[in-house]
Amino acid sequence: MGYEFLMSAAHDLLFRTLADPTRRAIFERLCREGEQTVGALTARSGVSQPAVSKHLGALKQAGLVRDRHEGRQTHYSAQPGALNPLIDWTSQMAGFWQNRLDALDDLLKRMDQ
Amino acid sequence: MTEAAAETRSVVVEREFSFPAERIWRALTQPHLIEEWLMKNDFMPVVGHRFNLRGEWGGVLDCEVLTIEPQRSLAYTWNFSHEDAAFDLKSVVTFTLTPTGAGTHLRVEQAGFSPTQKQAYGGAHAGWKQFFAKLDEVLARAD
Repeated sequence: MGYEFLMSAAHDLLFRTLADPTRRAIFERLCREGEQTVGALTARSGVSQPAVSKHLGALKQAGLVRDRHEGRQTHYSAQPGALNPLIDWTSQMAGFWQNRLDALDDLLKRMDQ
Repeated sequence: MTEAAAETRSVVVEREFSFPAERIWRALTQPHLIEEWLMKNDFMPVVGHRFNLRGEWGGVLDCEVLTIEPQRSLAYTWNFSHEDAAFDLKSVVTFTLTPTGAGTHLRVEQAGFSPTQKQAYGGAHAGWKQFFAKLDEVLARAD
């Protein structure tokens, strides 16, 4: 019970964080291309550097990225493990059975008395 | 999640159906009906009977009937062998039927995953495929 609650809270945060397309694009680029600086990310994002920094802050809070300071530069890298709650088997199987029971209900309606 | 890793976990899904237990029991135990809502199978309602559930995604689950109590309870193993231990799945699915005033309450519990289990590959894969298929239908109708 407590576990399910935690899971759904974790899902909410991840989904909310990744709901923003610009933020999602930043995360996807870090997943695909590896660690990058704010400057490099800004150059290709189409938004201002403060906006990119704000998105990175939100991603960091959700555990989706990690930052590393080197001199005056901050490097960001993706933490794909943060998505694990979304592929956790308990959630997956619960979804599977809910879905199957929908199909069972359909079948019961069609069956002879 | 790491604290819970040593424990056996279970998934419980419950549903109220407006049909008598007898009808649900048939859907749970007759192969041609099981196929309609779950998967292709060679199920027989006999304790100790080994059978397979074959998903449309190509996966095969190894099952063995553990409990049969007509119109009340059915349990079978739900195992999926995979060379990668993280996908290996050993579990037991238990269906429990309880008559209610208006119909029947069905409880489905799946329990006994290995601690390293990350993804319940066998069911999950099918679940998502089904989910997306249903989503496609809904989207097609939404035009």
